Amino acid sequence: MTDTPHSLGRKYPGGGRHGRAIGPSDNGDGEAAPPPAGRRADHGETGKPKYWVLGLLFLFCFAVTIMSEAAGTGTISTSFVKTLGKTLCLCLAAIAMDVVWGYTGILSLGHMAFFGLGGYMIGQWLMYARTEAIVLENLASQPIPATPQEIQNAIGSQIFGVVGSSDLPPIWGFAHSLTLQLALVVLVPGLLALVFGWLAFRSRVTGVYLSILTQAMTLALSLYLFQNDSGLRGNNGLSGLQNIPGHEQTSQAVISLAFFWASALAFAAGYLLFSWIVSGKMGSVIRGIRDNESRVRFLGYPVEGFKLFVFTLTAVVCGLAGALYYPQAGIINPAEIAPIASIYLAVWVAIGGRGRLYGAAIGAAFVSLLSSWFTGGGAPPLDLGFYRILWTDWWLVLLGLSFVLVTLFAPKGIGGLFDFLVRKPEADREGDYGPDAGSRRAEEGPEDEEART
Amino acid sequence: MRLLKILAALLLLPAAVLAQDVQSVLQTHAEEAASPSRRSVGVLLADISASGAPETATFLERYRDREVWQRLSDGRFYYAEDTGDRTYTLIDIDTGAATEGVSADDLEQIRPNGGVQREIAGALVAFQLSDPDISRRRTAVEAIARSPSEDHLAPLRASVDTEPDPALKARKEQLADLLAATYGDTPEERIAAIEDLTGSLSVEVRAALNRILATEAGVATDLPEANIARVLEPGRDLTEAAAYGILVSEGLAQANPTDAEIYTALTQNIDGGTVAGVPVALLGDPAERLRAYDALAEAGAVPRRIPPEAIAGAVTSHVFFESYLEPDEAITDAARRVLSGIQTRVGLGQVADRTLDGLSLMSIYFLAAIGLAITFGVMGVINMAHGEFIMMGAYTGYVVQLFVPDYTLSLAIALPLAFVVTFGAGVALERSVIRFLYHRPLETLLATFGISIALQQLAKNIFGTQARPLTSPDWLAGAWAVNDVIQISYIRIAIFVLALIFLALLLFLLNRTRLGLEVRAVTQNPGMAASMGIDPDRINMLTFGLGSGIAGIAGVAIGLYAQVTSEMGSSYIVQSFMTVVVGGVGNVWGTLAGASLIGGLQKGIEWFNPSNTLAAQTYMVIFIILFIQFRPKGIVALKGRAAGD
Amino acid sequence: MTALTESEPRSHERGERARRPGATLLEVSGVSVTFDGFRAINNLSISIGEPELRAIIGPNGAGKTTFMDIVTGKTRPDEGRVLWGEKSLNLLKMSESEIARAGIGRKFQKPTVFEAQTVRANLAMALKAPRSPFDVLFFRPGPDVAARISELAAEIGLAGELDRLSGELSHGQKQWLEIGMLLAQDPRLLLVDEPAAGMTPAEREHTTDLLKRAAEKHAVVVVEHDMEFVRRLECRVTVLHEGSVLAEGSLDHVTRDQRVIDVYLGR
Ligand SMILES: Nc1ncnc2c1ncn2[C@@H]1O[C@H](COP(=O)(O)OP(=O)(O)OP(=O)(O)O)[C@@H](O)[C@H]1O
Ligand SMILES: [Mg+2]
Repeated sequence: MTDTPHSLGRKYPGGGRHGRAIGPSDNGDGEAAPPPAGRRADHGETGKPKYWVLGLLFLFCFAVTIMSEAAGTGTISTSFVKTLGKTLCLCLAAIAMDVVWGYTGILSLGHMAFFGLGGYMIGQWLMYARTEAIVLENLASQPIPATPQEIQNAIGSQIFGVVGSSDLPPIWGFAHSLTLQLALVVLVPGLLALVFGWLAFRSRVTGVYLSILTQAMTLALSLYLFQNDSGLRGNNGLSGLQNIPGHEQTSQAVISLAFFWASALAFAAGYLLFSWIVSGKMGSVIRGIRDNESRVRFLGYPVEGFKLFVFTLTAVVCGLAGALYYPQAGIINPAEIAPIASIYLAVWVAIGGRGRLYGAAIGAAFVSLLSSWFTGGGAPPLDLGFYRILWTDWWLVLLGLSFVLVTLFAPKGIGGLFDFLVRKPEADREGDYGPDAGSRRAEEGPEDEEART
Repeated sequence: MRLLKILAALLLLPAAVLAQDVQSVLQTHAEEAASPSRRSVGVLLADISASGAPETATFLERYRDREVWQRLSDGRFYYAEDTGDRTYTLIDIDTGAATEGVSADDLEQIRPNGGVQREIAGALVAFQLSDPDISRRRTAVEAIARSPSEDHLAPLRASVDTEPDPALKARKEQLADLLAATYGDTPEERIAAIEDLTGSLSVEVRAALNRILATEAGVATDLPEANIARVLEPGRDLTEAAAYGILVSEGLAQANPTDAEIYTALTQNIDGGTVAGVPVALLGDPAERLRAYDALAEAGAVPRRIPPEAIAGAVTSHVFFESYLEPDEAITDAARRVLSGIQTRVGLGQVADRTLDGLSLMSIYFLAAIGLAITFGVMGVINMAHGEFIMMGAYTGYVVQLFVPDYTLSLAIALPLAFVVTFGAGVALERSVIRFLYHRPLETLLATFGISIALQQLAKNIFGTQARPLTSPDWLAGAWAVNDVIQISYIRIAIFVLALIFLALLLFLLNRTRLGLEVRAVTQNPGMAASMGIDPDRINMLTFGLGSGIAGIAGVAIGLYAQVTSEMGSSYIVQSFMTVVVGGVGNVWGTLAGASLIGGLQKGIEWFNPSNTLAAQTYMVIFIILFIQFRPKGIVALKGRAAGD
Repeated sequence: MTALTESEPRSHERGERARRPGATLLEVSGVSVTFDGFRAINNLSISIGEPELRAIIGPNGAGKTTFMDIVTGKTRPDEGRVLWGEKSLNLLKMSESEIARAGIGRKFQKPTVFEAQTVRANLAMALKAPRSPFDVLFFRPGPDVAARISELAAEIGLAGELDRLSGELSHGQKQWLEIGMLLAQDPRLLLVDEPAAGMTPAEREHTTDLLKRAAEKHAVVVVEHDMEFVRRLECRVTVLHEGSVLAEGSLDHVTRDQRVIDVYLGR
């Protein structure tokens, strides 16, 4: 019985990339397609920075500044400025995701966990420093000045009262220092990604397996954080992060604008960084890894090292994006780290269009803003006569279905529309979809198949 | 031993001989009945118990609870109800006939004192223990078990011999031992009783033994002549501070001021910006605080701090120990011996219980994952909406129960219906989405994820966010208790059986039927299969439908044991995928192995840290990540090209 | 060793223009591989010198590609030794990319190029240069790189196609591109699996020239079914059958071998 398993699954004739079922999105069958006349090789994904993206961003930031409450006009509310700032952080995470998925072919379902970890790390300092200020103020009215231990205890019970504890756990040991905590913003997601990535890539887990593994990692992390004794306040999370210690007098209007600009600059920096990475030889190699990992290996490139580099770098960028996001959101809790968040990130990138950085950013901005408009009750209910569609209830249904439609009918996402504007539509070629190879590509996947016979 | 006499009377009297009513017995002993005394009430109680009147038990209860009154005018006894205005309604003890509007002046409440109440209670128990109605006897025995007392021992023992029901008889004997272990007259009797308890796993036996072994902490300069349980060594068994705390609470040493007390003392002695000469501003430093406090103590304003050497000296010059409340060493020894034997068996029993628990978790994971083993494992299609098919099945069960109130019948309808519904949903999904995405697993993952969130939200819109119950029929309600330690609920057994059935069914279907053959042919080489007259479309559709349909049935099963919510699917999906991956893709046995590993592991980790299931899940996931490092192909790995035939 | 390897005098003694192999570069000895009970390679021993040109022929399924898989680290043998270079490095302990960096390049039987990238990018990726992520990240192509690429492109007849996506190339052009990528790596040992498949006679000739030129300095192993092609290579030939060496020597020598005729050439 064990010897006659019904294992089918693995053997598609000709392997994934050549044996694709014909679907609506599949108008090229790969190698045999004649080259369309006049087609230029410059491809959406060769990733030379699109400076118009940065120009638009700069104009946009300027417009927001002028219209913000901080500038006195107040056409845009402070909370909307925060939403825009947060959206920019999400865009940054999305382009990181695009690099790791769209370019390198690793569908990571863990990058929002790195994002959340960055938020937690900065949140520790924000919460500690603010609580310290409050505690010092309270203790100042006491007849006798407090000892350092008393201050520490008071901070501990202030922060950890909600989970029925009063000691600061050791992981708060650096929370008093902004510098150290900022270092952790980089180090914690970076190290986690490094260790996890090393384990996963080393054992050559690829494709869907890797996705499930990253999802498992994310699940483990969020379950861990949900515990009250995780040292990060269990499901209460960290709160009050919108109050920046040392700037108690500054109005939120100004703070929100400052964070908005910081997010914009971070996005611009990230965009340039990733453009640089995906262009040139590095981009060539990682796209090679995405399309045919083992061929790259036979050229002598240490594929695992490249994957690890990209995985870790994008994780760090996500951590930084999270560190900018959560002071604007004001609160972080383990639910933000749950696997679903990372899946949404992948959804944004897919809707925006994989394999082009601006596409990913557009996808993230478009879907997350639309999402907050619909779920925030901004969208007017639709009266069908017999049924009133409340968008707060139906938005997710709409999103889920539209996602199926995008996958089926517009695999290039919103970014694909630009191709229609800029140049003639290209025939779909291999590789445009990212890694579609069978899930166990490393062992017996399609390119191995191709390479032998 | 008056009780014994009563019992003797009770047992010797042929029940049918004189059937007197309670009132006439009371009248016979009117004086005693009106003002009962502990010493002499026995005769009255014996006669009442022997009267054979049906009201006896009620009367004894109400007599004990001081609800019986005597009418002075005629000397008869009644129950009385206060109707206000100092008038009462009298109720005849035997007939229940009511007399209204009797003035309080004509009545006197009979108030048996505590001793008498106990006598009455004893008589009551003895009476009930020999009640012809077995359910009454049982209730009486359980009442004794709930609140054991010395008085119950004799009547209990006396009733053992005449107990006709063997089960109840055993129970009575055990209870008698239990009582005798604590309340027996002589040490020999108690030891014998304790030894009789050997091997019993019940909680009450363990509680009774623990009660015998109860200890109290003590301290003295020399170890006293008592039944010492153990000597506590400061530094090893308890901290020095705790030891000193005991000395202080026993009055053997003077308390050392706590930080809080020092703080209070300092605040109370602030004098013009300084405390005993130390400027207040410096008192943020703990050393300065102590300096100021010591200065205050020097001045006699506060008690001195005890220097550490003094504390250490006080602690070392005393012995700290725990002594048994029970003075007799032989008894505590016997109890300890028996208890440790019991605990070993309890430990073994718990292992068995955990194993059963793990087995049932395993079968749940297996059920949740087996559909996936077909769609993901056999077909290679990654379906993130699989969890929502589970949910759909569970809601189908819920809806059926709304229309069919008979739970057995509704379950019988729900199982196939859930299969049909999710089979249909699966086929629809395959036809409309998945077939366009074959061999593009990452895109399938995302598209089906879209389906998943849409379905989840749809369920929320239809059924609301609160959990819906899926009630199991009565015959599935209880638990199968092997003994006091090992128990497993029938639902879990049913799920286990269901899992076994599915295992067998699937193995049969995939390996022994034409469909299975075609499924394997199509997934290995659709082109070739098609040229041999197999319609790959049809086969893909059927296979996917089958996997989804099984998810639906799993949903009903899971719904019976957990709650039905729109999110129930998502809580199983990651585990299910990991089950399939860990087990080894494409193999029903692999899924079984994966489910066993994951379920067993989770229970195993919970065993070490029972309070924290979240931690157990965290560690389990980490373990799986590491496991995949070493066996990337899962437990039951299929090798090479030839795999699958 | 079941096969007769050296029953005849060495080919050069027979006056053919075969080069005398230099120092042994690759030493495969006693290697066996089993796939699910099927023995694809059975106690195979081959050694290649530097420089040397060697052709491997044999029926379908003889294990020619599997031999290359073993050398390049793609398939791990169950037993045997594969040693490399002057220091006799154990290739079995090295990963695919380490083996490639040690100087073994491979052209796959079925052309595998990066179809989503331009011909130029494909060649640039293959070009000999440090391979670590950071080296690649900070790599800035100088004029010599561009020149080398043009030179290679001219050699493989793709000079006009440098900026086209390689996925658009014809099958033969992809073959050429892969040969170009192999040359770009500048390896010490070139493993070439069926280079002539899908080529015109003129192209075949060109390929032969290329390989022979490469073999002046490097070790080159060619697998090919086309006997004309093999003949033009004018080199030592190894015949594989059922995973082990059936015969070895000059082409004339092996084609006269009765067993070779039976299993491979047919009558
Ligand atoms: N990964 C594998 N799994 C199972 N069998 C394999 C594997 N690799 C090779 N084989 C088997 O080993 C044998 C040798 O295959 P190989 O590809 O080396 O033949 P070849 O000599 O290159 O043939 P051809 O001339 O057709 O290219 C074949 O029977 C093949 O089925
Ligand atoms: Mg071959």
